[in-house]
Amino acid sequence: MLTKNNDKLTNLMVPILSIILGFIFGAILMLAFGYNPLLAYQVMFDGVLRNPFFFGEALRQATVLTFTGLGFAIAFKAGFFNIGVAGQVLVGWISAVWFALAFPDLPRIVLVTLSLGVGMLVGAVWSAIAGYLRAYFGTNEVIVTIMLNYTALFVTNYLIRAVISDGGNTTDRVGPNASLSVGWLTSLTNGSRLNAGLFIALVVVALYYVFMTQTTAGFELRAVGLNSFASTYAGMSAPKNIILSMFISGALAGLGGAIHGLGTFGNIFTQSGLPYVGFNGIAVALLGLGNPIGIFFSAVLFGILDVGSGFLPNRAGVPDEMAEIVIAAIIFFVGANYLIRFLLDKMKTKKTVTEGGE
Amino acid sequence: MSQMNKVIEMKGITKAFGNFKANDNINLDLNKGEIHALLGENGAGKSTLMNILSGLLEPTEGEIWVNGKKVQISSPGVANELGIGMVHQHFMLVDKFTVTENIVLGKEKHRFGFMERAVSEKEVKELSDQYGLRVDPRAKIQDISVGMQQRAEILKTLYRGADILIFDEPTGVLTPQEIDELMDIMQALVNEGKSIILITHKLDEIKKVADRCTVIRRGKSIDTVNVAETSQQELADMMVGRSVSFKVDKQPAQPKNPVLEIKGLTVKEKRGYDAVKAIDLEVRAGEVLGIAGVDGNGQSELIQAITGLTKVDSGTITLSGKNITNKKPRQITETGLGHIPEDRQRYGLVLQMKLEENMALQTYYQKPFSKHGFLNHNEIKQHAKKLIDEFDVRTPSEEHSAASLSGGNQQKAIIAREIFRNPDLLIAAQPTRGLDVGAIEYIHKRLIEQRDHGKGVLLMSYELDEVMNVSDRIAVMYDGNIIAVVDADKTNEKELGLLMAGVPLERAHAELAESSGKEKETVANQK
Repeated sequence: MLTKNNDKLTNLMVPILSIILGFIFGAILMLAFGYNPLLAYQVMFDGVLRNPFFFGEALRQATVLTFTGLGFAIAFKAGFFNIGVAGQVLVGWISAVWFALAFPDLPRIVLVTLSLGVGMLVGAVWSAIAGYLRAYFGTNEVIVTIMLNYTALFVTNYLIRAVISDGGNTTDRVGPNASLSVGWLTSLTNGSRLNAGLFIALVVVALYYVFMTQTTAGFELRAVGLNSFASTYAGMSAPKNIILSMFISGALAGLGGAIHGLGTFGNIFTQSGLPYVGFNGIAVALLGLGNPIGIFFSAVLFGILDVGSGFLPNRAGVPDEMAEIVIAAIIFFVGANYLIRFLLDKMKTKKTVTEGGE
Repeated sequence: MSQMNKVIEMKGITKAFGNFKANDNINLDLNKGEIHALLGENGAGKSTLMNILSGLLEPTEGEIWVNGKKVQISSPGVANELGIGMVHQHFMLVDKFTVTENIVLGKEKHRFGFMERAVSEKEVKELSDQYGLRVDPRAKIQDISVGMQQRAEILKTLYRGADILIFDEPTGVLTPQEIDELMDIMQALVNEGKSIILITHKLDEIKKVADRCTVIRRGKSIDTVNVAETSQQELADMMVGRSVSFKVDKQPAQPKNPVLEIKGLTVKEKRGYDAVKAIDLEVRAGEVLGIAGVDGNGQSELIQAITGLTKVDSGTITLSGKNITNKKPRQITETGLGHIPEDRQRYGLVLQMKLEENMALQTYYQKPFSKHGFLNHNEIKQHAKKLIDEFDVRTPSEEHSAASLSGGNQQKAIIAREIFRNPDLLIAAQPTRGLDVGAIEYIHKRLIEQRDHGKGVLLMSYELDEVMNVSDRIAVMYDGNIIAVVDADKTNEKELGLLMAGVPLERAHAELAESSGKEKETVANQK
């Protein structure tokens, strides 16, 4: 039992140390370029945490990152590297907005539910293509999802220009019946774009946890991801679970995209590249070590960093790319968790040795 | 024996992991030019001791002397410099590299940064000629047999200048012929002045090649004996700490109706040729049917077809009166099949999952383990606790991962899970592979017990002793066919050996009659 608790502690320490090391690395870099890191970090966190509007914006960003993080994580649990989260966000986004524009007069509860549902479904199907190809033809899901990302990007841009708008780069805004905004939330955060998506995200975090740990379907998914041979031997269907995991993964990403569309922007516009909330979702999932609650908190951290970086140029004279570098460094240290575990082990053995010597 | 002859002395070695002592005051010495067996059950501490000797672990207490000098083996590099080389159980080879490339890896000969392949190949060739290790220096590892790969692994240690070779359970992956060849190689190595430590739990191998044997049990050294002056029975008793029976205790079988009927079964292998060729086979309730044969004669494919892991090309399989041909594994399991798979770590368990989850691997979707798609963790835990208790699976708790169990206990866990479902037919494929005599005895007992409960047991093994000891009838497979089915008490090793080599039954009888005559002659001549 003792070792088990220790493992849990180590699991918690790895992301925390990664974050600390990431900030230290960023600080060193800022010092090297003649910036004041303490001022920079203070500006970032003060700017977000002491201002309801910006805190609301950070949570709004965290909402979408929670979906992309969970989406990446569930595929990862089943043994897949779904790098197509960004594309799935995009197809979910455009589908939800398109649906909301097409049926503006439906009652609000119906329109919101259906729009989100459509975004979720399109994301799921988009992602399941890669799962299907993997399950029955053994194609590499990384390559397929990368290709699907570009397909999603250009199809979306085409649809915006040629179908949904009249040759413009932006669609109309969705009507009030498709809005996710919640009055008290908006006024509480001084008019930020924080919306009902946050509550949906929290519910999904709970559902994700229950699904993975309490249901037979989650049990199968984990087993197939860890050892598809033993799972097949035990009577589970590996192809079914592969497709299912990619389907759910895409559903989560698509829902994130739909919430981004209806909640953050209220429209969709042509993109020069894939939405970075998709790729940052991978980082969020890795920092959260695949645990849904961990994913939510790392999404909040990333949301704060993202919004806070906006203050760097004006208030600290630091280019906002510095925040990106800190994020990159955190991800690096999460990836290098072997190093951190090694350091933790060293510290532990030292402790036992000294204890033994006493 | 003079002090100078000792190439290794390990004195009072203790290695503690927390409160647990994996090695407790162990002594071991190795003479120059001897083969010294290190015998112990799974988890007795053999690997820990050898990891200390090869620099992977540092001892908590104790001294190591190499060639009369006290040394600190703080890393594998130091062990290498001292001339200690390890031939690993799981080969450390790069599949896509050639034999030569693997052998010189890390010590490549080069000129201006270009590898001197020809020079290296020549060196490898010379080395392999010197020790009689037949291997093609240019062949890729992925294209050569397991025995050949092992020879490359041995050459790798020799190339690095090892004088003291540690063989870690080297025969587990080899065919009988390859085992004989390995024994010859080991003899050749000591004749050339090398010294060998052989880690094993196979007693016949120790009898065959080892000079002395050190037995360790639960981390303590029990004794070091001269192999010539001891028997296999004595060694086994020392290892296990009680009297072990090799003979499986059983009453004659009382077979009833067939539980498994196979008619005209043909199974294609991955590459498309017939691995199982239109065979008929029957297993009756209350009997153990053994399948003997050399590895690769269609046994694995036959079992995979019965269990639904491979497609049946033609023919029918009937289990408990129900047609299960090309049914899904789950349907077949539910019809009444238990399966102890050949590769327990790959097929039998999800190693990273908890033991309790593994215990419910096939039944998690049924009541009481789940209801309406939700797992009942409490039931799953109670079930695991019961099995652990009843089948004596040694684990700190049911919440530990399956990976944390020793090989023998992993196998016990699988057997517990399969038997507990009370299947009409239990298929056991290589159930005792890599296990020590204590665990083997236990597993055989459980198989017989199933039989005596009126269940059918299908035992596939490459170990002839095992098939002969446990089975009531033996089907011999050769080249995808069942060449003969014989009664276990009316056959012998020689007859089975001939059948396994593809000699039909009548000719085998004739040959045996002839050779027994000849043997008498040779014995007479020698006298």
